[in-house]
Amino acid sequence: MTTKTVNTKARTRARNADKIATVIIVALALSIVVILIGLLGFILFRGLGHISWDFLTSKPQTIREGGGIGPPLFNSLYLLVLTMIITIPLGLGGGIYMSEYAKPGKITGFIRLVVEVLSSFPSIVIGLFGLLVFVNTMGMGFSLLAGALALTIFNLPLMVRITEQAFASVPREQKEAGLALGLSKWKIITSIMLPVAIPSLVTGTILAAGRVFGEAAALLFTSGMTTPPLNFSDWNPLHPRSPLNPLRPAETLATHIWKVNSEGLAPDAIQIAAGASAVLVIMVLIFNLLARWGGRTLYRYMTASKRMN
Amino acid sequence: MAMPFSTEDLSVYYGEYQAIKNISLGFPAKTVTALIGPSGCGKSTFLRSLNRMNDEIAGARSTGHIWMDGIDLASPSTDVIKLRQRIGMVWQRPNPFYKSIYENIAFGPRYYGIKNRKKLDEIVETSLRRAALWDEVKDRLKESALSLSGGQQQRLCIARALSVNPQILLLDEPASALDPVSTGKVEELISELKSDLRIVIVTHNMQQAARVSDYTAYFYLGNLVEHGETNKIFTNPEKNSTQEYIMGRFG
Amino acid sequence: MEHSKVTPREAQRRRLPLEKHRLEDWIGKIYTSVCVVFLIAVIVSIVYFVTSKGVATFAVNGVSLTEFFFGTHWAPDAAEPSFGALPAISGSFMVTLLAALIASPLSIAAALFMTEIVPTFGKRILQPAIELLSGIPSVVYGFIGLTLIVPFLRDHVGGQGIGVGAGALVLSIMILPTITSVAADALASLPRGLREASYALGATRWQTIYRVVLPTVLPALLTGIVLGMARAFGEALAVQMVIGNAPYIPTSLLESASTLTSVITLGMGNTAMGSIQNNALWSMALVLMLMTFVFILIIRLLERRNRV
Repeated sequence: MTTKTVNTKARTRARNADKIATVIIVALALSIVVILIGLLGFILFRGLGHISWDFLTSKPQTIREGGGIGPPLFNSLYLLVLTMIITIPLGLGGGIYMSEYAKPGKITGFIRLVVEVLSSFPSIVIGLFGLLVFVNTMGMGFSLLAGALALTIFNLPLMVRITEQAFASVPREQKEAGLALGLSKWKIITSIMLPVAIPSLVTGTILAAGRVFGEAAALLFTSGMTTPPLNFSDWNPLHPRSPLNPLRPAETLATHIWKVNSEGLAPDAIQIAAGASAVLVIMVLIFNLLARWGGRTLYRYMTASKRMN
Repeated sequence: MAMPFSTEDLSVYYGEYQAIKNISLGFPAKTVTALIGPSGCGKSTFLRSLNRMNDEIAGARSTGHIWMDGIDLASPSTDVIKLRQRIGMVWQRPNPFYKSIYENIAFGPRYYGIKNRKKLDEIVETSLRRAALWDEVKDRLKESALSLSGGQQQRLCIARALSVNPQILLLDEPASALDPVSTGKVEELISELKSDLRIVIVTHNMQQAARVSDYTAYFYLGNLVEHGETNKIFTNPEKNSTQEYIMGRFG
Repeated sequence: MEHSKVTPREAQRRRLPLEKHRLEDWIGKIYTSVCVVFLIAVIVSIVYFVTSKGVATFAVNGVSLTEFFFGTHWAPDAAEPSFGALPAISGSFMVTLLAALIASPLSIAAALFMTEIVPTFGKRILQPAIELLSGIPSVVYGFIGLTLIVPFLRDHVGGQGIGVGAGALVLSIMILPTITSVAADALASLPRGLREASYALGATRWQTIYRVVLPTVLPALLTGIVLGMARAFGEALAVQMVIGNAPYIPTSLLESASTLTSVITLGMGNTAMGSIQNNALWSMALVLMLMTFVFILIIRLLERRNRV
């Protein structure tokens, strides 16, 4: 009888503890959701009112009111394109090496460590390195090219990991089928495995692109914090005033937000920062949705009974 | 005298473990040889070593010879890729490429240098006909191979292996993941195909071995216990352990 | 025995491309190796440049290690310049530890919520939301800090709002997704049988979580926390925007302070390459880099423990 009472008591206590713990966990988790929604809502609420076609296309102002974010927005997009042009081939190659060529051993372990170290480097350190090597030593000056190279270093470890995982998750049977057919290893990688890996490669790459799009610390001292006057009717990359000239300095959306917040003199600096932040967050949202949707659509396209080549 | 396709003292090791022990086995032309034995007896490893698929497994190595037209396929100097172009292989689980039905078949021949569209069309049709799949898919060649049923996918894989005109076809439990109707079709196919090439098939299904094969080899613990005409192995085996295995499976 | 290759006649008859596949494999090997060599070259040169520049402060400019690491006075531009980096170093550690303290319980709760309590809702709503949170750029966090957290602290807690507390709050939001996703992955990868065995013994959910689940995933949880701390330690702009950038060791959470990253961010544009002022900033970058190595070392040790 006594043991039974003790047991019941212990059980009641355990049940109460369980209830309390559940309530606490749920409360904490919900508070995160609230914080999240609050932050997103705040950014969008603060910024959306300021976004207009004029804001998105006109030039920033240093002292006067009414500056826009046209050139920084263009710079961000163009820099993203330049970065991805450099990063994707390098990242694919590195990731394929890790997944398909590296044999388990010391060297592979070392390369893995390198990728890990590079991916955890503070981006400001990568920016400093870019300043020293690309901007000064190689003489690129503050330029889109120097910025793109710095962002490549920033993004490369992620691309390598994405590629490695995408290839590692291709069913082994696919590779075996190619081998048995007498295809070379490289042909199997490019023609058999790559199509299977494409959906997750696309998802990962777009997410990585979102990260690149918002990066600022690595750019302050590489692509610079100014934009020269641009002639948006001149698309020859060799002309100094062409927007496409890779050797001109370029302030991106993210660096613009930082600059406006820390040294903005315009009376509407806060509104501009709010508008620009909202644009940045919306772009990240778009990248996120695009990544999910793109990966899923591609996967369905590859596997479903649609016409394909 | 070595047969046109045979192994001689073939051993396979995974690290220190010897999975296949000194096996000498010949595969006559226009015949089906079934490899049987309990799980882990080494029959699949043996099959995979015939086109050196074990090369892809880290830590695997082999000794001995695999003779084909006087060439030792097991020799390190043999070009593995070229060797595999002459030996087709089909697995337990169908593994069509993530491509269209047409592309699954045309991929190999095109890689071997056939660019002519008409010639490729011809190869696709012949291969699919030989795999008894043509009538079912001729109107949907551009569709993804993954839209086919499991049994169709498996026949597509056989057609893919046939597309490059191999001299040998290795089948690793090709019907064990299929429904009875598809299994019947695949078995029928094997009997038809043997008029052109030699076939080696690993199977767990005794009735299947008895139905499709001319010769049977019984493996146990990495050893070749007994090898002979299927009729004899199934009705009057020399070794007790062979009889027990076959009876056990029947009973 | 003859080990002859396929005879030329044979090859011709079968119309095999003689060397095509060799060439392809050669190209593939070279291409992927070049990419990996590039990767290694990048990391080696970063380590080399940061180290050589960072060491120059001490080796060339003669600043003493004691002054740099223990000096509390940072005045590189004064008539009698002083290079005490302790305020920045301690500032970095303070915001990092505080951020981890705030974010860890929240993150672990979120991970438990997602995996143990309402897996469907967690997977469908919370997880994508947290992934999204991790994608928001750091300048946006800085802006949020500046326009939301700082005024809130100023109006409701006291002080000027900017300072260590604001920096730690901003960082804690930033590292929340990192810790949560590592913790959730670890929890999700636990074998089902583990929980079921505990439930079968009559344990409640909390008992199962507390006595079985959490101890099992503890190394992974710590890994997540260290990863988050590494991110916080290296974060530059978001912190710089809200911490106030005063070169002192603060005595309260509401006081303005500085971190290694904030000093570098503000100073790098105003100093000339090669000057002592500039080299001192590189020394700070060197400290950042060395701390990155320390964080990775800890993570590796934790992962080793996790595997056993």
